[in-house]
Amino acid sequence: MSETKTSMNIDPYERNWIIISIVLAVVFAIIIAVAGFAYGIQVPSPEQRVDPRTVASEGPWADPGLRELAPGKYDAYILAQTWAFLPREMTVPVGSEVTFYITSKDVQHGFKLQDTNLNVQVVPGQVSKLTITFDQPGDYDYICTEYCGAAHAVMFGTLHVEE
Amino acid sequence: MSTSNYQVSQADKKFIGLHLLFATASLFVGSLFGPLQALEHSGLDLYPYLKPIFKSYYQGLTIHGVLNALVWTTFFITGFLTLVVIYGLQRDLRYPKLNRVGFWVMVVGLVTTAVPILLDEASVLYTFYPPLKAHWAFYAGLTLVVVGSWIEGYGFYFTFAEWRKENPGVRSPLMALMAVITMAMWQIATLGVAVEILTMLLPWSLGLIEGTDPQLARTYFWFTGHPLVYFWLLPAYISWYAMLPKQVGGKLFSDSLARTAFWLFFLLSVPLGFHHQFVDPGVPAGWKFLHAMLTYSVFIPSMLTAFTVIASLERAAKKTHGGKGLLGWIRVLPWGDPSVSAQLLAGILFFFGGVGGLTNASYNVNLVLHNTSWVPGHFHLTVASAVTLSFWGISYWLIPYLTGKELKHKKLATWTNWIWFVGMIIFSNAMHVVGLLGAPRRTPLGLAPYIPEEWSGHLLRVGIGGSIMFVAGVLYFIVVVRTAWAKKYEPADVEIPVAESVHDPQQTPEWLDKWVPWLIATIALIIIAYGPQLVDQIANISLNSPGGKFW
Repeated sequence: MSETKTSMNIDPYERNWIIISIVLAVVFAIIIAVAGFAYGIQVPSPEQRVDPRTVASEGPWADPGLRELAPGKYDAYILAQTWAFLPREMTVPVGSEVTFYITSKDVQHGFKLQDTNLNVQVVPGQVSKLTITFDQPGDYDYICTEYCGAAHAVMFGTLHVEE
Repeated sequence: MSTSNYQVSQADKKFIGLHLLFATASLFVGSLFGPLQALEHSGLDLYPYLKPIFKSYYQGLTIHGVLNALVWTTFFITGFLTLVVIYGLQRDLRYPKLNRVGFWVMVVGLVTTAVPILLDEASVLYTFYPPLKAHWAFYAGLTLVVVGSWIEGYGFYFTFAEWRKENPGVRSPLMALMAVITMAMWQIATLGVAVEILTMLLPWSLGLIEGTDPQLARTYFWFTGHPLVYFWLLPAYISWYAMLPKQVGGKLFSDSLARTAFWLFFLLSVPLGFHHQFVDPGVPAGWKFLHAMLTYSVFIPSMLTAFTVIASLERAAKKTHGGKGLLGWIRVLPWGDPSVSAQLLAGILFFFGGVGGLTNASYNVNLVLHNTSWVPGHFHLTVASAVTLSFWGISYWLIPYLTGKELKHKKLATWTNWIWFVGMIIFSNAMHVVGLLGAPRRTPLGLAPYIPEEWSGHLLRVGIGGSIMFVAGVLYFIVVVRTAWAKKYEPADVEIPVAESVHDPQQTPEWLDKWVPWLIATIALIIIAYGPQLVDQIANISLNSPGGKFW
């Protein structure tokens, strides 16, 4: 076998294309890093583990609903189950900051608060936590976004944000 | 490589053909349910009329997902890659019986999976998230399909290794190398779902353990779930890189960058699965961010592919067909060849699929679209366009090659591609839009009480697009069945298209033809990206979710 001189044979256009691609990827990365870590638009992180077999009967999810911590500051404990969210309705004044603690007592569900950035997977044994401030009054539906069985399509609740 | 004395034996042709038979039959059955879902979104729910046989929208959706996304792809890919390996290497399989065993294990797996699905005992969709509990046969069958594909993969490795021994110092033929890279990636990637099923889902569905850890199961699943997409995609890329340039009368623009792209896909396909779990409660945000960054790095081989494939096409259009201009050359490509037009249209749709995929991968942007209909809108542009339309294009020469019968209805086949393309644009655009508005995926939206009236226009487009795609699906089926079972035997003179490279592949640096460094780097990166989280999640396992059958 005669030795052939090896080379990547990269065309100049292709070299530029690769450089542009890398720059683009870096720019995208910087944008989401700034949005996530400087502006705090964040995805959930592990909060706590619970036992799905007992979570509906003991602890905060035995009595799901809003807890007012201070004026305009709430915790919302929400229990997802086939095929409803408990509570089905909640009301907070406009300007409120609400921290959601959501878990499931049976199968996986999804919790998406329409017209906001609040969207989490709800996994039995885990607690999904996200915080959001409501600047606009209105009725926000929270809908189940993960297939959870026969009546998945009708699983939703409503959060009223009042003036 | 251009002139070949190697003849694929009749036995191997038949063996590859059997793969296509199962693949196409699965695609046909799975596709029957596509329009049912799409029309349901537009307010026309036909499921009640199917009640005696099919119990629910979700049973239909499970059939659609399992058959189209898992079975059609896996059977087509293992069959096609068998041909790519032996024709690429110009030698027979080292252990032909081993590959036969692999194939029949897959068939047994398919049947074992199909029975509980058809009996409505496994309506858990193709992601089968626990603790929705399917019949154990569903999990056992899926395992066998995967194991069968592994065995076929082993057959490829032995064949490739033997070729290496016989041809020291020669660069491995591009398409065979790509096929073996694809299979090796698949083998590493499917470890996740294998562990999920064997250590958790199978014992649980058999009643040996009481519950599951749904979060850990998701982590295992997505270890496999994203590279699964590349397992579908890379065989289409093999055709785009190593065959399509020949089909349009040209050459591959860059052998070395084609190999670079495939090795980068090998390196980067697995360690980024958390980008499917950005909004999971049980995975720390820092690890999600790392996987977001790794997902962005796959942007690089994707962009390499875009450049090399388009440059090959442009070069052919200008040199062979006298094409001119910045974009004018596109018109002179051989659009009349249904195999070519299918792949060109697949590539165009995949541009949008790629843009959407990058959006999905963008960490916090995912908060807006996780589990919305944007996601199926996206993956119909990848698996149902880039992949499926390319496979259709491949089958337009592959079936004549295997059967020795001329492709029937060439014009109709060309129309089929375009009808699919138009239907897909309407369908996927509507799915993306309505997803951004907040429509959940995997949901019979016609029944959902929270759907505002303003979405009805988009949902109507979902139904229209889906119905158009269904027409194309039926036409495709007519073309291939009429070809394969043609009574009149018109010996077809079909060659397997193998594109030469502009530069002699022997010039390609040797590190692009060596397995060990890439394997070490790949395993190291997986350990870095997944190791600590896997250790942590496994150490803290709680099998306390009993779940059950909720459909």
